[in-house]
Amino acid sequence: MDWFPLYNSIRIALISTVIIFFLGIFAAYYIAKTPRLIKGVLDVFLTLPLVLPPTVVGWLLLRILGPKRIIGSWFLEHLDLKLTMNWWSAIFATTVVIFPLMYRTARGAFESFDETLAYSAQSLGLSNTYIFWRVRMPYCRQGILAGTVLAFARALGEYGATSMICGYTPGRTATISTTVYQLWRTNEDGSAMKWVLVNLAISFVVLLAVNMLEKKNGSRRKGGI
Amino acid sequence: MSIYVDIEKDLGSFRLKTKFEAGDETIALLGASGCGKSLTLKCIAGIEKPDRGKIIVDGVTLFDSEKKINLTPQQRRTGLMFQNYALFPNMTVLQNIQAGAKREKDKRKRQEAIDSVMDSFGLTEYAGRYPHQLSGGQQQRVALARILVSNPRILLLDEPFSALDSHLRFKLEQEVRQVIRKFGRSVILVSHDRDEVFRMSDKIAIMANGRVEALGAKADVFADPKTRAGATLTGCKNISAVRRIDADTVYATEWGISLKLPNLTDQVTSIGIRMRRIRPAPGENTFRCKVVAEIEDPFSYTAMLRPIGADEGAPLGWLMDKDKWLQIRSDEVEICLPPESVLLLHD
Repeated sequence: MDWFPLYNSIRIALISTVIIFFLGIFAAYYIAKTPRLIKGVLDVFLTLPLVLPPTVVGWLLLRILGPKRIIGSWFLEHLDLKLTMNWWSAIFATTVVIFPLMYRTARGAFESFDETLAYSAQSLGLSNTYIFWRVRMPYCRQGILAGTVLAFARALGEYGATSMICGYTPGRTATISTTVYQLWRTNEDGSAMKWVLVNLAISFVVLLAVNMLEKKNGSRRKGGI
Repeated sequence: MSIYVDIEKDLGSFRLKTKFEAGDETIALLGASGCGKSLTLKCIAGIEKPDRGKIIVDGVTLFDSEKKINLTPQQRRTGLMFQNYALFPNMTVLQNIQAGAKREKDKRKRQEAIDSVMDSFGLTEYAGRYPHQLSGGQQQRVALARILVSNPRILLLDEPFSALDSHLRFKLEQEVRQVIRKFGRSVILVSHDRDEVFRMSDKIAIMANGRVEALGAKADVFADPKTRAGATLTGCKNISAVRRIDADTVYATEWGISLKLPNLTDQVTSIGIRMRRIRPAPGENTFRCKVVAEIEDPFSYTAMLRPIGADEGAPLGWLMDKDKWLQIRSDEVEICLPPESVLLLHD
């Protein structure tokens, strides 16, 4: 069995999760501070990929990243770089699709943060960077970890936008989900079954991890103020 | 002057307009919830920005809207303590104290400061515990130690005892009083508890609807709270609106009686008398009253009295020691409201 799709899926998911971890958190942090109207508009805009069909996301991405489109043609012309049909092209698709998951869970976590902790910390002379990483993030850790794991799982399973932006080339752009589709289409049910089982195993481990994280954190915060 | 505050902030439905000053002493902001006392603290700490005004602490201008000065909360060095103490839940006691000491850049001095507060607040034995493993009193001690190690110019205490059980309060109040005495600089205490305020502070500012209604030494403010809100906040339970009858007589509309009072001015719209200040007759302003209820406390009685002839309206409460009431107890009593004990109030 060729394990490339597993390796490829995991590296795509890992890279996009790292990107989205920072993007989602900073978006959540800064948007929470904006006036209500702007917040409402940005919120709708940033959550859109969650409800749009992945094929629509894929189509929109091709409209800007394709070799003849604004961004795609610029990269091709100046850097001789084609943004589509590479293994890493899938990262564009997965980051857009999983962004709302991270953004929304992080925002929910930040909204439950006790601001008096930040105010006290400022009065003690602690820098805003210190407060963010050493007080706010640990306090919101549970929600943020859950969001990260969910985003990773979703990236791992992304199919629609991914297949549109990087297609299916065995050994080059194949991911687990595109492989399963390809094997089903070519009537190789046995091989498809193997990948389905791999996928199930990964999802199971991920969800177990989320549950364990929640339990551990729940017991630590219990009884605190 | 160690603290000078003169600020305004418009929040649409609510307008804050506070002005007070104090030296190296404890000033209490006494007010009901929503009167703007906590908002005032936040403005001093730099968490909220006033629209206009000036805040000067220890000769350092923290905020001045005209000169466009607005120091960050970090630069202000105000030791702000919230009623929930705001200890960092992910850090141990020692780590909380270390975080408070970060302002000191010299490593050796910092370590000395940490060791010194850990020792003087008796925290060494809890050093490795997390805040949720501590009692309310211990948490408060850690919060105070963390603030003092940060070397503040002023202490801002927001309802410091309201999260505690009443039996703990008394003990912790004494601890905090000692801390304040050692601190030796300005302290602002925000509270709605008049007894706590009287025990803890030197000076009192009574706040209502975003304004300071009375400001002065605590004894003076309790003796003459000036406004109806002030009288209520300092614990006066018998208050009535009045109608002027002649130069030295008013009719108390809520009690249904007329009183002769010297020193009346046109501003007086209400009068009050503290429950302990009512005296048995004879004397001035004597009234025969029916006892409509009798409330027993552990060491005192409160007789609720309705003047005969006044069927409607609020009864007057008369508080006295148990044995005294047991001597004079009956269905009807004759009382007097001594003019020197009557508070003259405006709205």
